[in-house]
Amino acid sequence: MIESHLSLLIVALPLLAAPIVAVLPNGRMPWAFSTLVSWAVFAMACLQLINVSTGNVISYELGGWAPPWGIEYRIDAANALVALIVAGIAAVTLPYALKSVEKEIPQQQHSLFYAAFMLCFTGLLGITLTGDIFNLFVFLEISSLSSYALISLGKQRQALTAAYQYLIMGTIGATFFIIGVGLLYAMTGTLNMVDLAQRLPELYEHRTIQTAFAFIMVGFALKLALFPLHLWLPNAYTYAPTVVTVFLAATATKVAVYVMLRVVFSVFGFTFIEDTPTDELFIILCIAGILMMSFYAIYQHDAKRLLAYSSVAQIGYMMIGIGLGSALGITATLVHLFNHALMKGALFMAIGAIVYQIGSSRIEDFSGLGKKMPWTFAAIVVGGLSLIGVPGTAGFISKWYLILAAIEQQHWLIVVVILLGSLLAVIYVWKLVEALYFKPATESSKTVSVQEAPLMLLIPTWLLVLANVYFGFNTELTVGTAETAIQLLLPGTNK
Amino acid sequence: MNLANQQLILLAIFLPLIASIFIAFSDKKPNLREGISLIASLSLLATVLSLLPSVLAGEQPSIVLLEIVPGLPITFELEPLGMLFACVAALLWPVNTLYSIGYMRGNKEKHQTRFYVCFAIALSSTMGIAMAGNLLTLFICYEILTLSTYPLVTHKGNEDAKKAGRVYLGILLSTSIGFFLLAILWTWHLTGTLDFKAGGILSGKVAGPELIILLFLFMYGIGKAAMMPIHRWLPAAMVAPTPVSALLHAVAVVKAGVFSVVKIVVYIFGLDTLKLSAGADWILWLAGFTIITASIIALQQDNLKRRLAYSTISQLSYVILAVFILAPLSTVGAALHIAAHAFGKITLFFAAGSIYTAAHKTNISQLNGIGYRMPWTMSAFTVGAISMIGLPPTAGFLSKWYMLMGAFQEQQMVAVLIIIASTLLNAAYFIPIIYAAWFKQPAQDDNAAHGEAPWAIVMALMITASLTLLLFVFPDIPLQLAMSLIGGNP
Repeated sequence: MIESHLSLLIVALPLLAAPIVAVLPNGRMPWAFSTLVSWAVFAMACLQLINVSTGNVISYELGGWAPPWGIEYRIDAANALVALIVAGIAAVTLPYALKSVEKEIPQQQHSLFYAAFMLCFTGLLGITLTGDIFNLFVFLEISSLSSYALISLGKQRQALTAAYQYLIMGTIGATFFIIGVGLLYAMTGTLNMVDLAQRLPELYEHRTIQTAFAFIMVGFALKLALFPLHLWLPNAYTYAPTVVTVFLAATATKVAVYVMLRVVFSVFGFTFIEDTPTDELFIILCIAGILMMSFYAIYQHDAKRLLAYSSVAQIGYMMIGIGLGSALGITATLVHLFNHALMKGALFMAIGAIVYQIGSSRIEDFSGLGKKMPWTFAAIVVGGLSLIGVPGTAGFISKWYLILAAIEQQHWLIVVVILLGSLLAVIYVWKLVEALYFKPATESSKTVSVQEAPLMLLIPTWLLVLANVYFGFNTELTVGTAETAIQLLLPGTNK
Repeated sequence: MNLANQQLILLAIFLPLIASIFIAFSDKKPNLREGISLIASLSLLATVLSLLPSVLAGEQPSIVLLEIVPGLPITFELEPLGMLFACVAALLWPVNTLYSIGYMRGNKEKHQTRFYVCFAIALSSTMGIAMAGNLLTLFICYEILTLSTYPLVTHKGNEDAKKAGRVYLGILLSTSIGFFLLAILWTWHLTGTLDFKAGGILSGKVAGPELIILLFLFMYGIGKAAMMPIHRWLPAAMVAPTPVSALLHAVAVVKAGVFSVVKIVVYIFGLDTLKLSAGADWILWLAGFTIITASIIALQQDNLKRRLAYSTISQLSYVILAVFILAPLSTVGAALHIAAHAFGKITLFFAAGSIYTAAHKTNISQLNGIGYRMPWTMSAFTVGAISMIGLPPTAGFLSKWYMLMGAFQEQQMVAVLIIIASTLLNAAYFIPIIYAAWFKQPAQDDNAAHGEAPWAIVMALMITASLTLLLFVFPDIPLQLAMSLIGGNP
């Protein structure tokens, strides 16, 4: 029974949990309930991935209405993997949230905070699992609206402007997307992705289809913060409450990248993309984004903002894989999507632990903390190494496939940019390390009596840190699933 | 005890790693901590030596640990050159631990637990490099070695250490990620394998300018070999405590660099493939340039450790030069030089640290007449210096002999000239130190009353000095290993 409704339950459970959480009394109840829900969803996401890991596709008809009329949830290896990472990050973030939220968000807003969190969680899972492009828009709005609310809860007043900025940009993105969907519907008369994929090839030459494609691409480029449409991201990540930053940085942009992957390869097909300048455009924007954003990251004075700019650069790596359009390229995209969630999650959590202790994320306030918070410091070092792509960490596997994909197509410029990006990452990661370790502790009131962060913050952080190391050696899950996914995304390739 | 060779390989790699955990937990008990270090280093030596007979008998034990990327496992395989390198490192670790105890206590250094932990991890990755069965494994261990030695280089934690750490990590990481990784990926793309195979996996797969570019990516990707102009990290690393300079920046780290170079030339490119390419000649010239230039710079250094560092840069390029002569005999010379230079240079660094501990002197101009106050130290120093110059009865003579034989065999007169010229330069920067120490009068204002360094230091440097002499008298085992590297007979 549960087995067959698994795909729906994953989305429905947090959705149903949200109103319940909202009416729970403030205190620890909302937190405890959301945490349990996230764990249950995580378990189901694991089960779901096992079900599709052999390469089969689950098609779930919502309400028993057969597609293409009813809404279909369509799960294959690609989105099962993304759902797993979303659920996994939520399951680790929520235990971390208890302490962090108590410190950063006023007590009377706790139940609403967790309700919004559950809604955001629902939205991201829904986007991932649905096979209906309008349904995708609905979930996109659920996740976006709740994340605007979540970001605006940040302690500093700038959180409001950051949320507002994101609201404007996000709404433009969503509007572009829905315009594109509308045009597609007008031309094909269907909203089901599989159905669309069948009807689109004969309309490839049609202007309206090309326009629709452009709208969808720009809309989602905004959501995933592809350079130069990334302007909302640094502010949002910097001023949002720590937990929100951790969750969004590790999942929201990843889900958007997945949608790109799905739209480009499943709905339109790469043959269509190759006729348009899209793939070249992606590559150019990614190259510019990787280099410029990495440089920006080096010059930041705030640790959260530094990591935010690094995120924009990292999104470039993921999109390059799509731009290359090869089996290796998609493997790189999916693997990096997964790995980057782990590394950014770990890093934002570790920075969050520092913020929890000293109340500031400015790098100049970090002086000498490395010795007082050795475990947090070690987490930042390992997470940073993974970000750089040092062998033995998950980041290395990503870099390995990306460079291999670029070499395969003799795209030497991309190879150079990826390597250069890694070197820039060394610089900004080491900026943090040096600030934490080599600067003598200042006698300011903030850092004088700092101790190691509480275990409730350290354990989730270290879970992700260890995952970074584990997936640096065992790639069965990441690379294995990506290779299964490629069979479905790029039919006809033998690898 | 009769463990299978496979388990012994794993033991050699993981033993120091496990030891590092125990060391970390004995933070507050210095005696226990250093006891564990000593026991770990001696057991590692026993492990490595027990692998020796089967390698000498021609076996190449190997073990696959796990598969990282489909078709590309982490695997360890012990071949003769790796055996030689592992023996040298494992032999010198206990000696160096003994020395460290004397030095770190004598100088009342802080953070000693971290020091011993990082040291053990560095040794573990050195074993990994020595026994790596493919390029990926080598690369992983290579990077771990870089990162685990960073806290050792920046041990003092002050502004100087931070700057030196930046240079160290900056050069080693950027060359390895920028060039070495690219070269590995390119090789994987071209051949579909990264295994070390006799005759080279790239033979017939790449030619012309592509081969030259790939060769340069490898040579400059291995920053640890310190070929100019990417040598600056080595003098920078001298801010570290002397035991670090001694074992890591005269033996483990730098030898890991040239060891990788030799392995890549012999097993990835293959001597015959390189003979057809002009690129090999260019590297030969660059190595020759490095030998001469580094020697000239060494000549101008007054700080003893810096002079030794530049001498190391020059000596490392001997190995590169020797292997790029592309004659079997000079390859033997290259392999022998890895061992010979290790013993000689560690002795010299030990002596430098000994002088610093006992007399707090760092500059050569302060060393007048010190030989009579510290006779053991300066005798050992003299032996080490003679080995650097390459005179009998020391190990340095042996390796230079094979290099020259190879160079004559291949009619590489340029290489011969470089070796001769640099021998003169080596003499020019070592003999004045020896002369000053034994024959000059101490300066008038030098009235510091000091004797020898602590016994642990003296004992360590006497052991390494004896090893330098012994290697000349009994060269059989290293020679046999080096010979089997090129297929048995020259």
